[in-house]
Amino acid sequence: MTATTTPYAELKAPTTARRLLTAPTTGPLVALLLACAFFSLSTDQFLTGGNFSLIVQQVMVVGTLAIGQTLIILTAGIDLSCGAVMAFGSIMIAKMAAEGSLPPFAAIGLGIAVCGGFGLLNGLLVQKIPLPPFIVTLGMLNVAFALTHIYSEEQTVTNLPGPLTALGQTFPLGHTDITYGSLVTIALFLLLAYALSSTGWGRHVYALGNSQEAARLNGIRTSRLTIGVYTVAGLLYGIAALLLISRTGVGDPQAGQTDNLDSITAVVLGGTSLFGGRGSVLGTFIGVLIVGVFRNGLQLMGVASIYQTLITGVLVILAVTVDQISRKKAR
Amino acid sequence: MSRTTRLSSSLLRVAAVTGVAALTLTACGSGSGSDSASSGSGSGDVKVGLITKTDTNPFFVKMKEGAEKAAKENGVELLTAAGKFDGDNAGQVTALENMVASGVKGILITPSDSKAIVPAIEKAKAKGVLVIALDTPTEPESAVDALFATDNLKAGELIGEYAKAAMKGKTAKIAALDLAPGVSVGVQRHNGFLKGFGATDKDVVCAQDTGGDQAKGQTAMENCLQKEPDINVVYTINEPAALGAYTALKAKGREKDVLIVSVDGGCTGTQAVKDGKIAATSQQYPLKMAAEGVKAVVTYAKDGKKASGYTDTGVTLISDKAQDGVASKDTAYGLENCWG
Repeated sequence: MTATTTPYAELKAPTTARRLLTAPTTGPLVALLLACAFFSLSTDQFLTGGNFSLIVQQVMVVGTLAIGQTLIILTAGIDLSCGAVMAFGSIMIAKMAAEGSLPPFAAIGLGIAVCGGFGLLNGLLVQKIPLPPFIVTLGMLNVAFALTHIYSEEQTVTNLPGPLTALGQTFPLGHTDITYGSLVTIALFLLLAYALSSTGWGRHVYALGNSQEAARLNGIRTSRLTIGVYTVAGLLYGIAALLLISRTGVGDPQAGQTDNLDSITAVVLGGTSLFGGRGSVLGTFIGVLIVGVFRNGLQLMGVASIYQTLITGVLVILAVTVDQISRKKAR
Repeated sequence: MSRTTRLSSSLLRVAAVTGVAALTLTACGSGSGSDSASSGSGSGDVKVGLITKTDTNPFFVKMKEGAEKAAKENGVELLTAAGKFDGDNAGQVTALENMVASGVKGILITPSDSKAIVPAIEKAKAKGVLVIALDTPTEPESAVDALFATDNLKAGELIGEYAKAAMKGKTAKIAALDLAPGVSVGVQRHNGFLKGFGATDKDVVCAQDTGGDQAKGQTAMENCLQKEPDINVVYTINEPAALGAYTALKAKGREKDVLIVSVDGGCTGTQAVKDGKIAATSQQYPLKMAAEGVKAVVTYAKDGKKASGYTDTGVTLISDKAQDGVASKDTAYGLENCWG
């Protein structure tokens, strides 16, 4: 009915073109490309391989958190604890390996497992009691934050053994340097995108987000699925913890304090609905890049960081507005 | 139906981004008008970066002003950035990388985390960028080329000596409203105060962290008074904490007979000294730190000479009730030289 206001709707475009235009990631992708075009025209330094490699390095930690966040938001949940859980994982890995007696790889494994444990606990509380995800993860945010500061004794951990920082090392590709961690993040995005779009598990996650009751009536074991999603997210936070250490070269108890909100920002900018059931991990990847490109580009232009915050805020509100309007129309 | 919906939603997103792009342009236009002017005259070749702990703390706002003024005078372009909160190391690392990518000649940084920032600084230095720490030293201090800062130990000592003289031999019951555990600035001021007063931590009857925040300073003082009602000397990490303490003391009717001393010398704080709320404060000079920093980068760009070592940017004791044997200046001087 409102289609008349949209000239494109009248077009009888070929199916593939039409599909491209209507894919949920198209909007964010166009936004990203426009931003890139804008910054390429505005500064000489933006459009270089080295700079793109830098942007990916800068977003890999929040990106990896945002994958977990996407999974949880797809189930109509939310995770406020992701940054704090990651910070705990990172301080644990750093301290165990640098000051404790654990071999580096054991410390890494243990740190990731503990983050998975936090996720499992979140999932159990959300599903078994049940409690609203917002409350559970708000509580867990404080628990993980406090544990990080207690365990670290407020001290930054330095002198990390090699394996902990390996993912932050670079290898040359053409004229640019790529970090191994960037590849890990990209691989994780592809893996989870595949799992969501092409496996039964992925379809169940979407079904759960659309209606838990309907999903249950259709024979999906919703309880196990929910707990599984939170656990997988936790494990991803553990990997993000390792990426964080490798990037900064230290274990930092102050890390991750706004990463929960940054990850939600990325998910929203990527077109995933906060009400569950709609969206994609690839959209989130684009969302993460949008934030990274804006921050990098504005910095290259010499715009002060407070404008970066302003613009990110405006972008988020616009993205949610778009989501709401399109929902209303769909009804 | 759903197809058209999605189509229009895609279009909406595109429209949204265009709007933001326009907003960006406006922001740049208003924010960097002077920059484009300086680059237009061909002198914008040298870029200097300034990274502060936050955008909002008046201390850093003043520091930024000092840098902007110095950049204009020297015909160089200034890039600025800040962490999202005090302690945001990742944000500072990102800003540092982006500035190096944009080809800065030197970076002035106030590290949020003295240790955690070091690897990123080393990477920047490896690319030939001059890195100078302002206000807060890195750990180790040698991680940067140079440090321009207040001698925080001395700042503490000055108010310690002042408090000692003002107490005139009365038995002191000291409360210390500190910054946060492990932050060097806070530790140095605290130890400096004790040294100047000739006291030890045993004489401190109540020590609380405030994060330099007024509301937390008030809560801390309330709790200290609850614990130890006859506190008569209050050392505070900065003036917001001192004003919080004053509010708490006033509520108990104790504001006249308790001596509050502080460090910082912000304009609000100096005014509070004038109003008699705070007895004395050690004033520091963020504007000077930034201006000296910019000049050092300009020198490096001109003849390749790198600044090195520690430069004391000075500290002055401000009080209207001068004590014998303790050098101080009055609040008229303080208000002329205050920041914020």
